Amino acid sequence: MSDKKIIIAGLAIFFVLITFPFWINMGKAANAPELILAPTAQAAMDSGEGCVLPLDEMRANHMQILDLWRHSVVRNAERIYVGADGKEYNMSLSNTCLDCHSNKADFCDRCHNYASVTPYCWDCHIDNPKGE
Amino acid sequence: MESSRRRFLKLAGISAVGLGTAPALNAFAASGGHDAAQPYVKKGARALRAKQWAMVIDTRRFHSAKDLEPMIEACNKSHNIPTKITNTDHEIKWIWEAEFHHAFPTKASKFLSEEIEHKSFLVLCNHCENPSCVRACPTKATFKRESDGIVLMDFHRCIGCRFCMAACPFGARSFNFRDPRDFIPEDDKNLEFPTRMKGVVEKCNFCAERLAVGKEPACVEASDGAIIFGDLYDPHSHVREVLKENYTIRRKQQLGTEPSVYYIV
Repeated sequence: MSDKKIIIAGLAIFFVLITFPFWINMGKAANAPELILAPTAQAAMDSGEGCVLPLDEMRANHMQILDLWRHSVVRNAERIYVGADGKEYNMSLSNTCLDCHSNKADFCDRCHNYASVTPYCWDCHIDNPKGE
Repeated sequence: MESSRRRFLKLAGISAVGLGTAPALNAFAASGGHDAAQPYVKKGARALRAKQWAMVIDTRRFHSAKDLEPMIEACNKSHNIPTKITNTDHEIKWIWEAEFHHAFPTKASKFLSEEIEHKSFLVLCNHCENPSCVRACPTKATFKRESDGIVLMDFHRCIGCRFCMAACPFGARSFNFRDPRDFIPEDDKNLEFPTRMKGVVEKCNFCAERLAVGKEPACVEASDGAIIFGDLYDPHSHVREVLKENYTIRRKQQLGTEPSVYYIV
């Protein structure tokens, strides 16, 4: 038991090192991003018309929806989405989604940056379809 | 409780059957009767439909390479083709011009008429009925669309292996060695159509995006009637009428890919 001190000291150093990421970042948690709705999107929200699906579903599942849309448009040539309320949408990221959400930097990017995801949609899809 | 084990097994068996049928019954209940409030997808009301889209190019109407420019330009503009790439090894082509002995190598006889020999022919993806590129693609990024016979690409899935380019006997496919966005002329951008990214293969899509809204392909529209477009399997379509009345040839027909682009020479 003559090594007791060394072992305890070693364990203490190990513990400090292993918890380093936690205590170095303590209290530095970034605030959840605040999204700004573009005027068209805000108007749809205020009038109760909303997005293609309820807000919660869009927040949680928009990536799956976009994936399904892509499949439907490219593979099955079915380009019209009929919402639960019977309203029809052209399934197009640039021409429909970004038509309302015309502020990619304050809408898409804020959450994506916060969640540290880098979707490569914009490598091909044009992010300001109206060319403003 | 004399036969307790027997009773236990009986009960367990009945419970298992009960638990097992519940999900199946639920599934039956869910599949019956369409819920009116469920979202669904459909084709646009104005979408053009066909079993197999086909094209007849009346080459008698074109006399020089200059006559082909309007069609090529219309395509380039509507699909954001990076035409500013100067290195010919890297260039992207959806529709372009070729001489007879390049376009129809098996039909070029030793002594061709001078007019045919020096004429420019419009060539593009043939949207084969039996496409070799589709068989070569390891990710099913390129596929023969069931609904209208277009050989289409899903750029999201393309891994850039270029097997399809090797498989295509018509050289109809181009690979993006560079980021194409830097090479699209500023005035020719179509903001309603996506660009491509570095590392994917691309080719003519028979203007699937225009057919979906009831428009004919951009080159057909720009051709002033020299290119005829329609359903190959509708005996009353314009394409079939023209094919009935004219002698036509196809590119490298003997390879068995069944090209859907016909040429009146």
